Amino acid sequence: MGEVESKILLEVRDLVTAFDTDAGQLTAVDGVSFAVRRGRTLGIVGESGCGKSVTAMSIMRLLPQPMGKILKGEVLFDGRNLATVPAEDMRSIRGNRISMIFQEPMTALNPVHRIGKQICEVLTQHNDLSPDDAWQQAVEMLDKVGIPSPEIRATEYPHQLSGGMRQRVVIAIALACGPELVIADEPTTALDVTIQAQILQLINNLQRDLGMSVMLITHDLGVIAETCDEVCVMYAGRVVERAPVKELFANPRHAYTQGLLSSIPRLNGTPKSELQTIDGMVPALSELKPGCRFALRSGREHAPELLVERQTLKEISTDHWVEACPVCTRG
Amino acid sequence: MNNGTAILSTDNLRMHFPVKGGVFQRAVAACKAVDGVSLTIMPGETLGLVGESGCGKSTLGKTIARLYEPTSGGIAFEGNELADLSRRQLKPFRREIQMIFQDPYESLNPRHTVGTIVEEPFVIHKMGTRAERQQWVADLLAKVGLPESAAGRYPFEFSGGQRQRIGIARALALKPRLLICDEPVSALDVSIQSQVLNLLMELQREMGLSYLFISHDLAVVKHISDRIAVMYLGRIVELAPAEEIYNNPVHAYTKALISAIPVPDPTHVPDRVILEGDVPTPIDPPDGCRFAPRSGAEHSSEMLETLPPFKEISPGHWVEACPVCAPVRHAR
Ligand SMILES: Nc1ncnc2c1ncn2[C@@H]1O[C@H](COP(=O)(O)OP(=O)(O)OP(=O)(O)O)[C@@H](O)[C@H]1O
Ligand SMILES: Nc1ncnc2c1ncn2[C@@H]1O[C@H](COP(=O)(O)OP(=O)(O)OP(=O)(O)O)[C@@H](O)[C@H]1O
Ligand SMILES: [Mg+2]
Ligand SMILES: [Mg+2]
Repeated sequence: MGEVESKILLEVRDLVTAFDTDAGQLTAVDGVSFAVRRGRTLGIVGESGCGKSVTAMSIMRLLPQPMGKILKGEVLFDGRNLATVPAEDMRSIRGNRISMIFQEPMTALNPVHRIGKQICEVLTQHNDLSPDDAWQQAVEMLDKVGIPSPEIRATEYPHQLSGGMRQRVVIAIALACGPELVIADEPTTALDVTIQAQILQLINNLQRDLGMSVMLITHDLGVIAETCDEVCVMYAGRVVERAPVKELFANPRHAYTQGLLSSIPRLNGTPKSELQTIDGMVPALSELKPGCRFALRSGREHAPELLVERQTLKEISTDHWVEACPVCTRG
Repeated sequence: MNNGTAILSTDNLRMHFPVKGGVFQRAVAACKAVDGVSLTIMPGETLGLVGESGCGKSTLGKTIARLYEPTSGGIAFEGNELADLSRRQLKPFRREIQMIFQDPYESLNPRHTVGTIVEEPFVIHKMGTRAERQQWVADLLAKVGLPESAAGRYPFEFSGGQRQRIGIARALALKPRLLICDEPVSALDVSIQSQVLNLLMELQREMGLSYLFISHDLAVVKHISDRIAVMYLGRIVELAPAEEIYNNPVHAYTKALISAIPVPDPTHVPDRVILEGDVPTPIDPPDGCRFAPRSGAEHSSEMLETLPPFKEISPGHWVEACPVCAPVRHAR
């Protein structure tokens, strides 16, 4: 993909999302900002619990109710703020202009309906189509996502398919309406590398053919390197670093990004050598401080004010943003 | 294979499960989860085992640990044949072979304290006094990098990586010689994963442990293993030293598997063999080359019916020599 500027389709600005729990209100996403360009892929990476899925759910307005709330910020999609549009408008945007692919395909599929029917439902919900035409398009969709004998498969139920095929059906459903943006939350995590390679190639091809934008959530830096144009690294509810993919891998500036990149075993690494680690673990939501959240694991002394004062994102080179904790931003 | 000094060797090991069907729930077919596996593990060695979901990795691990009664074939531990031993006869060997599992949550009893969990193997084997056992538990916790105070707490109070350490402490209790690690880091974040991998490598150096290391993450396996076995539908299709298998894969399946690994380097241009179709099932698989239906290459009916020989094509590099999937020119 070229480096040419492309228009922004989705812009998330200072998003804050919280949950009401027995232990009080817990902020899971705390001031997150990023943008997805038209026709491009933005990757979101970070450890378990850092707020990737909650960010996606906030954009889709699918937060569990009544506990989950967007407290602050804007989700600008093609100029409209999705955080405040009426629920009804949001319903028509979802599954029409924006769709989502979840990690576990079975949660997205209805076990008692034929696969073809489930695709037809999406097609007829937003378009005026005869049942025959809709079925025909559903079969074409299955063919497009690489399901063999699509006419037969369309008449089958989800449990009759393998995990990889189910995920392809989920993708077919997500893409049926020709969305402008697809949010894929760990779409290949449950699959074998061989099937993962098929699915990622499929998403890539469809993106090229249909020109859609993709927001890809994953914890796999290999997947990020291979599929994304830009990357957003999240830690404990915040974006700590954001940059074009080549820049991020070549020149990571936040200690957390550096730690992540150096702790993965490499195929060309020295066998049986000691791996880099990040000490400790992600703090619980209830223990989060307003300042630098990586301080405790960074292995570096932080002055008390760095822990209590919010560290802002700074653009250190074109399009390369880092949470500017002076201790954790290096090199 | 020269298995004179091996700590463990299997000989044409099979583990079939009956597939029941019909009104009377009779066995109508066999799920050939492990179907003729011969391999060795040397003292202090890590043998990596990779392959797609359902190819039989866990079943092979559990059969070697004799959690299953093998259908046929041999399992020799330091020359002692385990395959036909009764429960009682097995008891002394149980201490020597231990397993750690993928999901530390599932394998730890949530209602027991960590101390009770780690002490359990000693209690089962009626070892030591109460005080001695408590000392041993403290030593084990220290060995895996947990504070002594962990003994009084419950599994849910720990993170995923810490729980995996608890599982490792328990597995080490009886000073085993062979650890079967079934996806021990798959549920962990990368930063925690590297902590656990370092611990396993350190324990191996210190105690001379042997590992059968099962994982679907090939970069992890490559890092930790001395040799790697690639499994497909119940059989080993290729076996070689770790570097060799990555640099010179011979079998078409190994090539596809290696090429599918996403490389964490955006300047890397993948040269990918995309496999057609899905991971197949081991129910009534073909007798000959099992990879034939996914290889995208024509196989003669003879190749589909006769089992290809397992050949050593260079020192220590073995491959199931299907003429189509693994054309071997200088076979010995
Ligand atoms: N319904 C909820 N009620 C309370 N807290 C929640 C709820 N859903 C999520 N959280 C919390 O919000 C935080 C962010 O969760 P999220 O699911 O976004 O993480 P993630 O980055 O997607 O992690 P993973 O990689 O494990 O999927 C976590 O601490 C989680 O416990
Ligand atoms: N106890 C059992 N009874 C019947 N069939 C079984 C049993 N255990 C495993 N199988 C079958 O044996 C085959 C191999 O399963 P196994 O769990 O060994 O695969 P695996 O390689 O470990 O896969 P994964 O990577 O998903 O863990 C599968 O088809 C599985 O359904
Ligand atoms: Mg998530
Ligand atoms: Mg398994």
